[in-house]
Amino acid sequence: MKETIIIAGFGGQGVLSMGKILAYSGVMQDFEVTWMPSYGPEMRGGTANVTVVLSDSRISSPIASEFDSAIILNQQSLDKFESKVKPGGILIYDTNGITHAPTRTDISIYTIDAAAECARLGNAKMFNTMILGGYLKVKPVVKMENVMEGLKKSLPERAWKLLPQNEEAIRHGGEIIKQVR
Amino acid sequence: MAEVEIKAENLVYGKPRLITDEVMHYCPGCSHGTVHKLVAEVIEEMGLEGASVGVSPVGCSVFAYRYIDIDWIEAAHGRACAVATAAKRLNPQNLVFTYQGDGDLAAIGAGETIHAAARGENIVTIFINNAIYGMTGGQMSPTTLLGMKTATTPYGRDPQLNGFPYKIADMMAHLDGATYITRQSVHTPAAVRKCKKAIRKAFENSMAGNGYSLVEVVATCNSGWKLSPVAANKWMEENMVPVYPLGDIKSTTLPK
Amino acid sequence: MADKEVKLMKGNEVIAHAAVRCGCDGYFGYPITPQSEVMETLMELEPWKTTGMVVLQAESEVSSINMVYGGAATGKKVMTSSSSPGVSLMSEGLSYIAASELPCLVVNCQRGGPGLGTIQPSQGDYFQACKGGGHGDYHLIVLAPASVQEMHDFVGLGFDLAFKYRNPAMILADGAIGQMMEKVVLAPQQPRRTQEELLAQCGKWATTGKGERKEQNICTSLELQSELMEKINERMQAKYREIEQNEARWEEIECEDADYIIVAFGSSARICSATVEMARKEGLKVGLLRPITLYPFPTKPIEALAERGVKGFLSVELNAGQMVEDVRLAVEGKAPVKHYGRMGGMMFNPQDVLDELKDKLVK
Repeated sequence: MKETIIIAGFGGQGVLSMGKILAYSGVMQDFEVTWMPSYGPEMRGGTANVTVVLSDSRISSPIASEFDSAIILNQQSLDKFESKVKPGGILIYDTNGITHAPTRTDISIYTIDAAAECARLGNAKMFNTMILGGYLKVKPVVKMENVMEGLKKSLPERAWKLLPQNEEAIRHGGEIIKQVR
Repeated sequence: MAEVEIKAENLVYGKPRLITDEVMHYCPGCSHGTVHKLVAEVIEEMGLEGASVGVSPVGCSVFAYRYIDIDWIEAAHGRACAVATAAKRLNPQNLVFTYQGDGDLAAIGAGETIHAAARGENIVTIFINNAIYGMTGGQMSPTTLLGMKTATTPYGRDPQLNGFPYKIADMMAHLDGATYITRQSVHTPAAVRKCKKAIRKAFENSMAGNGYSLVEVVATCNSGWKLSPVAANKWMEENMVPVYPLGDIKSTTLPK
Repeated sequence: MADKEVKLMKGNEVIAHAAVRCGCDGYFGYPITPQSEVMETLMELEPWKTTGMVVLQAESEVSSINMVYGGAATGKKVMTSSSSPGVSLMSEGLSYIAASELPCLVVNCQRGGPGLGTIQPSQGDYFQACKGGGHGDYHLIVLAPASVQEMHDFVGLGFDLAFKYRNPAMILADGAIGQMMEKVVLAPQQPRRTQEELLAQCGKWATTGKGERKEQNICTSLELQSELMEKINERMQAKYREIEQNEARWEEIECEDADYIIVAFGSSARICSATVEMARKEGLKVGLLRPITLYPFPTKPIEALAERGVKGFLSVELNAGQMVEDVRLAVEGKAPVKHYGRMGGMMFNPQDVLDELKDKLVK
């Protein structure tokens, strides 16, 4: 098993922490894991992305030419990474702010309207875990119990009170993701 | 010269035990020898010869380690207070002091010196201020007086061209971490006695964990000033002391 | 998993944990991207409350390396970390530390230069790390980690080598290794050396205060008599020959039957190991030689591969071509040696490297 994921969007959308939860979940499942972020000022409001690799054997490169899965949270990232999804791979995107939808026909495409759903529920903080839930529904690479453990590991103790909400968001993300192609 | 045996009962003055037999390279009339002697005496009197680490500078006193029989670290130009900071923090039981001139301390090393003082490092700086770069051949230093002729101010220090001298000790007195700041000289026997007391007080201050201490010694460089030793002392008193007045500038305890 | 402490950590964070755990006595640093997590993590760990390790934020890199000099002179296990522009500022101090023959550890988490450059990963400081940086004939022992685990392991190894040879050691990492998270197994906590142990190890030279010792210990790099200064240089050079003889480390991946060899270190080597997998799938016999020590450079295995008849070498670096010079010296004209690199914080991916390899060597 080897899964290479790119998560890309705006800084502040929780891109890096979503990757971190996924990476920790992988650790809980005894996978080899790499988490390779873009970093620096671009984290403060510009575009941000992180490459996560989960594998049951030694991971050679933490940097990839192409990805098994792409989780896309803004137009710039869609433009940049649509072509980098492996044929047969998957692309998940939030339609919020997307003006040009992906056009590839050799990959599976999903939408998840997590931004709208969070606005409806009045809780923007659950955005990234909701998206993660959608991804895990489509690609259950890690067992849900390990995801919950990973979530706990990736949060500081003072934030553990938010665990039930996040668990619910992950579950709900699985409900609202839709396959378009 | 034949060795002359001096009987103990006739001995009225001796070289301090911690001054080595190495022949000093300082020019006749230089203040360094006197200050070295005071440092050696105070360390001996405090019983700290086994627990002292000196940090020597780049400048005339670069070889201080050859003359005082304790452990020494020879620092890069200006960096003595950074070197001393770590040596002291890692060995708080030791007396750690730097010995620096005005070029080393107030020019290239101003940053390290001020920050060590601001942090309240429990170290002592002995600062020999003779207003000139002695070792490199008498160039202008930050403390060179206005109008003073040096190799790089051949027509006298002109503030338009060379900027103003500054009183780093007075400046450092504003720092909370610096608790004992004094300005001394060694050009008369009385001044030597006072200076020794100040060095002792500074060493005690640092061993008590009371922050940073600076003993500035307004000093002569008769070679660099191109004066005889006696004339240099007189010139210093008439010209240097009015700009760099002698006495304690600050003596306090670390703020809570 | 309980007894082995497996953590998911950034390379920079792990440097801090490894330092505390290997019994480091002092860290002196100054913030700079992309390595600030080292000091941040140390400050969070508060090791002065547990092991007694000193951690101090200095006012500049110039000051921090001179604090390292002062600490090293007293025989303590001391270190600093920085990134490229900061290491430039430290270079004078490193020359002094090397010349005074003092042990210490410096971590350079490289970013793209020259000048202020960028904060993205680069390997543009190979020359600086391996060929001097500061003035005079000296060398650092240079370790190039390619994983977060090696970031951890090389802290202990770096200190061991530094004390063995009384010479500064450097971990030459880059922004990618520093910012990347991977699984890491943390070493058990080692106690810091007691003063007795320190004296047994370093008592002959460390400026600990004379104590009962009769002779002064003096740490200096000054010797105005040229005849003596030459002798000091000769002694240092003899030490470097010994280091070159004994301490070269490298990893070979699929080199046995390889027609083409990629030479790459650090994060580049990780990327190139994927290139090897891709090439092999296409039936192209490519191997990877990864220098683990950059100084001493693993000349012998490269020479041996060249002698075996490898058809070409590609030195893949995040720079304009620095290590390639050492590869050429090792190959000595027996095979073509090419360079492929990106600069300024840009990275190549495994496919880019494969394309370049085909273009430059397989025609």
